[in-house]
Amino acid sequence: MEPRYIVVGGGLAGLMATIKICEAGGSVDLFSLVAVKRSHSVCAQGGINGAVNTKGEGDSTWEHFDDSVYGGDFLANQTPVKEMCEAAPGIIFLMDRMGVPFSRTPEGLLDFRRFGGTKHHRTAFSGATTGQQLIYACDEQVRRWEVAGKVRKYEGWDVISAVLDKEGICRGIVAQNLVTMEIKVFRGDAVNLATGGPGMIYGRSTQSVICTGSIAGQVYQQGAYLGNPEMIQVHPTAIPGADKLRLMSESARGEGGRVWTYRDGKPWYFLEDMFPAYGNLVPRDIATRAIYQVCYDMKLGVDGQPVVYLDLTHIDAATLDRKLGGILEIYEKFIGDDPRKVPMKIFPAVHYSMGGLWVDFDAMTNIPGLFASGEADYQYHGANRLGANSLLSAIYGGMVSGPAMMQYAQGLKKSCADIPQSVFDAELKRQQNATEKLYNMRGNENPYLLHKELGEWMSEHCTIVRYNKNIQKLEEHIQVLMERYQKLGLPDTGRYANQSVIFARNLWNMLEYGRAIAVGALNRNESRGSHYKPEFPERDDENFLKTTKAKWTPNGPALEWEEVDVQYIKPRPRRYDVDKEASK
Amino acid sequence: MAEVIRLRVKRQDGPGAAPYWEEFDIKYRANLNVIAMLQDIQQNPVNAKGQKTTPVVWGCNCLEEICGECAMVINGTPRQACSALVDKLTKPITVEPLSKFTIIRDLYIDRAKLFNALKKVNAWIPIDGTYDLGQGPKQPPAKADWMYKLSQCMTCGCCAESCPNYSDKSDFIGPAAISQVRLFMNHPTGQLHRDELVDNIMGNGGIADCGKSQNCVRVCPKEIPLTTSLADMNREALKRWFSRGLRF
Repeated sequence: MEPRYIVVGGGLAGLMATIKICEAGGSVDLFSLVAVKRSHSVCAQGGINGAVNTKGEGDSTWEHFDDSVYGGDFLANQTPVKEMCEAAPGIIFLMDRMGVPFSRTPEGLLDFRRFGGTKHHRTAFSGATTGQQLIYACDEQVRRWEVAGKVRKYEGWDVISAVLDKEGICRGIVAQNLVTMEIKVFRGDAVNLATGGPGMIYGRSTQSVICTGSIAGQVYQQGAYLGNPEMIQVHPTAIPGADKLRLMSESARGEGGRVWTYRDGKPWYFLEDMFPAYGNLVPRDIATRAIYQVCYDMKLGVDGQPVVYLDLTHIDAATLDRKLGGILEIYEKFIGDDPRKVPMKIFPAVHYSMGGLWVDFDAMTNIPGLFASGEADYQYHGANRLGANSLLSAIYGGMVSGPAMMQYAQGLKKSCADIPQSVFDAELKRQQNATEKLYNMRGNENPYLLHKELGEWMSEHCTIVRYNKNIQKLEEHIQVLMERYQKLGLPDTGRYANQSVIFARNLWNMLEYGRAIAVGALNRNESRGSHYKPEFPERDDENFLKTTKAKWTPNGPALEWEEVDVQYIKPRPRRYDVDKEASK
Repeated sequence: MAEVIRLRVKRQDGPGAAPYWEEFDIKYRANLNVIAMLQDIQQNPVNAKGQKTTPVVWGCNCLEEICGECAMVINGTPRQACSALVDKLTKPITVEPLSKFTIIRDLYIDRAKLFNALKKVNAWIPIDGTYDLGQGPKQPPAKADWMYKLSQCMTCGCCAESCPNYSDKSDFIGPAAISQVRLFMNHPTGQLHRDELVDNIMGNGGIADCGKSQNCVRVCPKEIPLTTSLADMNREALKRWFSRGLRF
């Protein structure tokens, strides 16, 4: 019998995995909370990295690899990063062939711009909505496979859990329809979680509302390891908002944008001052800490507020419109000022999780048959992701995981069809009962308010600057929230299109995942990339050049440590005030 | 500041159910948008009469006007709720679901029709495969720029909502899908398949159903030149019609 493939999540990673499977003759059941075209990949703005070297700068895939490993402060396993960087130029050409309207040079070739953490023009872009354009191209190809009968879409389904047989092998999923509320079990020989990041754990972030990390948090409770959950990227430039912190792309600085505030009555371009070698194009963790320092330690935020300027006004309006139009519109629409004429006011915001489900080099979690790719995995970015490497890792992750699923499934001795129905019925029943319990909760805790509180605590104690005593308090408070969760009362008990019940279920998984972030952070007593502890300001390779692996236990996360693959580039001090040393 | 904003929501419990209005008073704050108002109701589901009610059901995702999910009719105009800033709206603020689609519940709608239209017109580049086949075709920068504009369609449905010819009673696929055909037939690879692409919009529900009301272009949140696309495709269809006639 033909193997069955389940892909959960219709962002770039999930769609690319789907395309790869279909192309190789398989067929896919594709699950998504929203129409896949609306997945969070649309929010990526600045571009996608690949060392195509069209500007006579001597760029190479090795240099891209070195920048990425150095930018991630040596925490990423080097083999997959190297392979990703080597695949990058081909991926950009492929996306171009798929019809992505990349910006062009006068000769009609792909144009590339600069991004943080590199000295090369390495980032291909479509205006400033590159993620949108890349996912549209993949969405179109998947629609083509859908018409060809190879893809069956389940849009508007929340995947609740993995079905594990008695040997602990993943044999399918349980999912709930967001409209009819029907809970169903689906058999699959290989399941790929391409479910994005967990930004919603922080309440407001640059991530979309579906980015709860819920299913990652769920399979973590079913035995999957989380890798480096503490590594959360805080993007330096976002627009604070009531409902969301909206991203202001790094491409603004790539195109010459300057960050400044007033000091002694005069503009102070503090990134250029602090980091002469890279200036405004230091990596995100570096820029974020500098902005934090300027606003909180030096009290130099604009008008005493925690904001600084991101200034594009010295660049001519036509160039801005062509290269950055999409993000300028966002600022104009949501703030009302024209960034061509006045500097934008920005502040850092939680943006991306480098950590995620632990996977091997073939994208499989420690649960056989359960794969992860895209932001949901932990594989490519170490302790800090370079800008424009996320679109790359999402697409590349799908290119690895799709074929890996097929290879795994074709090697299975027993297919999911051979597994007794009772295995599926048991997990279905378990999830139906859990949902029924939620419906019947009549306490006075509102799940949305509880979530808001979780977000505030996470944002305050586990982002840019981390103190052990605060992280400790956070971890204890998450447990308080878990107790209060037992007294939930759903604001809606209807049996049709009930969003409250879905949200409440996701909230529990967010609490579990959030606790793993906190415990991971608490136990990493060093500073590395996005993880910064003033009490331990240096990177400590001797003790912590290791992947955090968090395993769920009823008493909270238990940590294990795994050696990092550093076979290609020897770890060296990471500095951006001076030029990077050559690695080869 | 204790100012409250009155929000009127057209609610509906299910697809066949009768719609009703419910009003809410939301505390004003800087940069408040319609999404944040609906989120307030989730956290405190009490209506303006002080009665407990259920949270309003609606779809949203990116909250930065790029995913297309939160389209609804706000003060009579189809648009995205995330970019609907309270400061810029007349009060009370009225929100209703897009009316041209099946209403699932409250403001949550089923827009499968829009995606089915994209299937019908084969809105994609027919690549040979995702293997490494080298660089893509060269393209004039100015052309890439206008194609980029057309490619920003997020399938939100505002154009369809505003179109008098788009309804349950008609098969018209709507402005968005036709504009997508213009995008693909102008791509160097799509150009190899021009005739098939144009054929896809010449039958029932195609370009001939456009009544030229020009509403679509006025409501498109991405300011896509939809009427230019429609006019262009009308001309292409005519050329194709003559060509087919002459060649049997």
